[in-house]
Amino acid sequence: MASAAVDQHAETIGAGWAPGLTRVPYWLYQDPAIQRAEQQRIFQGPAWHYLCLEADIPNHGDYRTSFIGEMPVIAVRGAAGSIHAFENRCAHRGALIAFEDAGTVKDFTCAYHAWRYDLQGNLCSVAFQHGVGGKGGMANSFRLQDHGPRKLRTATIGGLVFATLSPDAPDLLDYLGPEIAARIRRVLHKPVEVIGRFIQPLPNNWKLYVENVKDTYHASLLHLFFATFRITRLSQAGGVTVSRDGAHHASTTIGRVEAQDSLYQDQALRSDSAFRLHDPSLLDAVDEFGDNIQLQILTVFPTMVLQQIHNCLAVRQIVPRGVDAMDLHWTYIGFADDTKEMRTRRLKQANLVGPAGYVSMEDGCIGGFVQRGVAAAGEALSVIEMGGATAESQPTRATEAAVRGFWQTYRAYMGL
Amino acid sequence: MDDGPATLFRLAALNSDYIACIDADRLEEWPDFFLDDCLYKITTADNHRHGYAAGVIYADSRAMLRDRVAALREANIYERHAYRHIVGMPRIEAEAGGIISAETPFLVIRTMRDGRMDIFAAGRYLDRVADSGGTPRFAERIVVCDSPRFDTLLAIPL
Repeated sequence: MASAAVDQHAETIGAGWAPGLTRVPYWLYQDPAIQRAEQQRIFQGPAWHYLCLEADIPNHGDYRTSFIGEMPVIAVRGAAGSIHAFENRCAHRGALIAFEDAGTVKDFTCAYHAWRYDLQGNLCSVAFQHGVGGKGGMANSFRLQDHGPRKLRTATIGGLVFATLSPDAPDLLDYLGPEIAARIRRVLHKPVEVIGRFIQPLPNNWKLYVENVKDTYHASLLHLFFATFRITRLSQAGGVTVSRDGAHHASTTIGRVEAQDSLYQDQALRSDSAFRLHDPSLLDAVDEFGDNIQLQILTVFPTMVLQQIHNCLAVRQIVPRGVDAMDLHWTYIGFADDTKEMRTRRLKQANLVGPAGYVSMEDGCIGGFVQRGVAAAGEALSVIEMGGATAESQPTRATEAAVRGFWQTYRAYMGL
Repeated sequence: MDDGPATLFRLAALNSDYIACIDADRLEEWPDFFLDDCLYKITTADNHRHGYAAGVIYADSRAMLRDRVAALREANIYERHAYRHIVGMPRIEAEAGGIISAETPFLVIRTMRDGRMDIFAAGRYLDRVADSGGTPRFAERIVVCDSPRFDTLLAIPL
């Protein structure tokens, strides 16, 4: 699965990591050589990466700029509904071709020397290619078609646009597997529209956030809000689905707990508090998907999250920014046919998530606590063995199976 | 009739009371700056321009603001920090039916537990203030931050 293109660090990175999924050394969050290898083997390797929503680029010529790892990428709507993606890097001197978040164009012209690209990323013209007054210009041997930014394959599911640089990546549906694809379609079953965007820079390695999202064990322990309001407690029905290769996951919490359970009280857990809302309309949720699943958190390896917490829907994209920093891009969505009541419900429930989310604010700081905690412990190992040592689906969330699934896939891609 | 200077003074005093309340960590008093039926939202200039309705905080009642404070005190985990708000002169845009519409620029410096200081937010308050005798209160305060980025987390309100 890992790319055959091995870089110069292949001999030196990853030495001394014993096989298995239950022990992870902290240098993985610290080593610049690991970071460089990840760019090559994961972000430019045979994985699919979320770029934007189809709803972001509905019409011919609409584009949105995004990232795959450190690589800037343009996603653009071409002719007859096609979607193209290419590296946002001029073939001439490497400048960004597009430097807005989004827009609508006939073609792209690099600001630096006006090299021009069509919507598929083909170089169409070079300013003064034949010089001025017979002097200067490019050599006669210069061919436009020999130059251009790297092009990506694109594919969509449920209105999510994915891309990969690699010809070796399987088709998107095979990459996701049937269970994860079904979980995506369960939420994104009709046209969506964006209702807000926010960026949350986090002071931690990107993998710490991925682990956090896949960690079904922590949700009702760190997040008092979840446990107190029984949005998700480990005593509620549900479980975690891990894709066959471990790469992706979907955790679900089913239904409400009407009866008091004393599980959290018995363990004297902080997250079981007497906290009550003055305005309970925040939690006035409806079962809009008709299956009584009130929470579904889904990840697509490596860096996309699709979130349904009651009626609060969002796509999160993780963008690494060096070994100890990342940006979390939040796109809050609703359905295009939302009633006014449903839209208001989503806006209120959005208080649960994002940088100020009653739940998500804690995930904003917890990765930094780890990053700082392990500062002098690069050789030490974290312990990931709740629910066993493997990464299969389990009918409980008192497990770290999905975290182990991430490491299983990570090791395969990285060749570690 | 020109009540302009007096109105301006009342708004400026309201803002200085408001920021003193937050910066001095008297958050339990913060909801009292709002009417029972109110709208308090923190969003970004991009969202505001595009008409995207979501905020990082969205509260349409004073009770929701009280819940926000209660959650900060009793529920949420975050590292201790404090704000220093600096607000500019309110710019009054309209005044009708006891409601003043005004815009006020703000700057917030965040000081973390370990002393690190950052410019956490800059932007403008878009306000509708109920001012018909007695203490003026916010019917609406939309906090439009210039940047789409919120570093790490936003716990204390702006």
